[in-house]
Amino acid sequence: MRRLSWFNLTSLTLGLAFLYLPMVILVIYSFNGGKLVTVWAGFSTKWYGELFRDEAFLKAAWVTLKVAVISSTVATLLGTMAAIVLVRTGRFLGRTLFSGMIYAPLVMPDVITGLALLLLFIAIGLDRGATTIVLAHITFSMCFVSVVVASRLQSFDRSLEEAALDLGCTPLDAFRSVTLPIIAPAVISGWLLAFTLSLDDLVIASFTSGPSSTTLPIKIFSAVRLGVNPEINALSTIMIAIVTTGVITASLLSKRSIARRAREEQEAFGQ
Amino acid sequence: MRRFALIAVPYLWLLVLFLVPFLIVLKISLSDATLAIPPYTPTLDLSRGWQGVRDWAAGLDLENYWFLTEDALYWKAYLSSLKIAVLSTLLTLLVGYPIAYGMARAPDHWRPTLMMLVILPFWTSFLIRVYSWKAILSQEGLLNQFLLWLGVIHEPLTILNTNTAVYIGIVYTYLPFMVLPIYAALEKLDESLLEAAEDLGCSRLSAFWLVTVPLSRQGIIAGSFLVFIPAMGEFVIPALLGGSRTLMIGKVLWEEFFSNRDWPVASAVAVVLLLLLIVPIVLFQRNEQKNREAEG
Repeated sequence: MRRLSWFNLTSLTLGLAFLYLPMVILVIYSFNGGKLVTVWAGFSTKWYGELFRDEAFLKAAWVTLKVAVISSTVATLLGTMAAIVLVRTGRFLGRTLFSGMIYAPLVMPDVITGLALLLLFIAIGLDRGATTIVLAHITFSMCFVSVVVASRLQSFDRSLEEAALDLGCTPLDAFRSVTLPIIAPAVISGWLLAFTLSLDDLVIASFTSGPSSTTLPIKIFSAVRLGVNPEINALSTIMIAIVTTGVITASLLSKRSIARRAREEQEAFGQ
Repeated sequence: MRRFALIAVPYLWLLVLFLVPFLIVLKISLSDATLAIPPYTPTLDLSRGWQGVRDWAAGLDLENYWFLTEDALYWKAYLSSLKIAVLSTLLTLLVGYPIAYGMARAPDHWRPTLMMLVILPFWTSFLIRVYSWKAILSQEGLLNQFLLWLGVIHEPLTILNTNTAVYIGIVYTYLPFMVLPIYAALEKLDESLLEAAEDLGCSRLSAFWLVTVPLSRQGIIAGSFLVFIPAMGEFVIPALLGGSRTLMIGKVLWEEFFSNRDWPVASAVAVVLLLLLIVPIVLFQRNEQKNREAEG
């Protein structure tokens, strides 16, 4: 049993403190009664009340959620297809260009992607609104999905699929009953990643949104640009709480499914 | 037929919504700004056939690029972005390496939890994490209150709206991108190599420099690119934490587009930024490919 040296323990403690302190402070100050964010004026949930009475915020939250659900679902579909193309289809015309277009958006600065998409929408005369944000989000998040799914596809044993084909499955059946269940965890994390990226995006949404379709990040950005805003602290706390619950649940579920798979494999090989 | 559809659907999507937009940016960067809708000229008039295409091509020139070299604002912004991106990448490495090292040295049953703790901030909103520093770094913020209380300083420091705040913001938000690849490299490290080095007379420190660091090189390179490339084009961090004197090219592009409404110059700024980033992006992909080959 290894023990941590004091040096490693200190660096881990300091590192995690650095990562978490700002968020903890934000959460604490969201319950501050006063308007001044840096002076504690007693516990209060008043800013949460203000937030839920703020129509503009609620409307923006609704737009953001709709955009995120639609774009991440389509991005997961297209991204999974792209991953299969990357890993499974052999050579085809323009393959290098294709993989370049998958990897480039991952590191492309948002300001460039946003500007380019906006100029496209204007060139083809598409009115800016929720639709254009959805199209933009699908485009960059499908690349993230395809990278996540492709790494799973690469590591999986192809003979399983071949066995299914030998046993008389059609290729589509084999995909549905063998490949899909195996890559499902990657597809789900791809969807979650696309969903989070969409919820979080400020820059691309600012370029591609119209006046009637303000998203939550755009709203937050304009509210905090000049200073600290207690309503935003309350909103941030809600978002942090949702993400924390989600990540912890997901990691518990995946831990359980890994344990179950290990047990099943052991049983299968034991016989 | 099915194979064709499988390739064609994502391919066409990316062609239309990723490649074509860049060609449009390139085209507009060669146009002139006007007070019209759209605010640039010439526009392609296909109804006039070849003559229209020829007129359009004749109207394109490199004027906007000359403008970028003439106005000191632009090249200063590129240089200052480069400086901020390089320095903050080094700082992130300095902060991130010990964390990754500690994770790799932690007992096995701690590691999944530590992993989750490093990944969790990545799932929380980037915007909110940047914003959370505003309340800490301001004049009457918590950091100043704390330092005044300790008696280290007697006057509150001005940190918010300076480049220092931008460095803190970049290191903070991109830290997981640095820690995770380094951790992945360190986790695979065979500890008997370190024992061998020590048996052969290395001190622990020189074993670290001679064995651990070279063997985690791939992780260091991957992490550094993952911080450097987005930091170059960063907009949110300088906009929220930087001051009016913080020059970064992402912010210049944004202002050129939204405030000055000069689309051709904004497009030229984007094209030059992209050209500057192509070298690190290609190097990054080559490094990733080497990693994959080493594993496969």
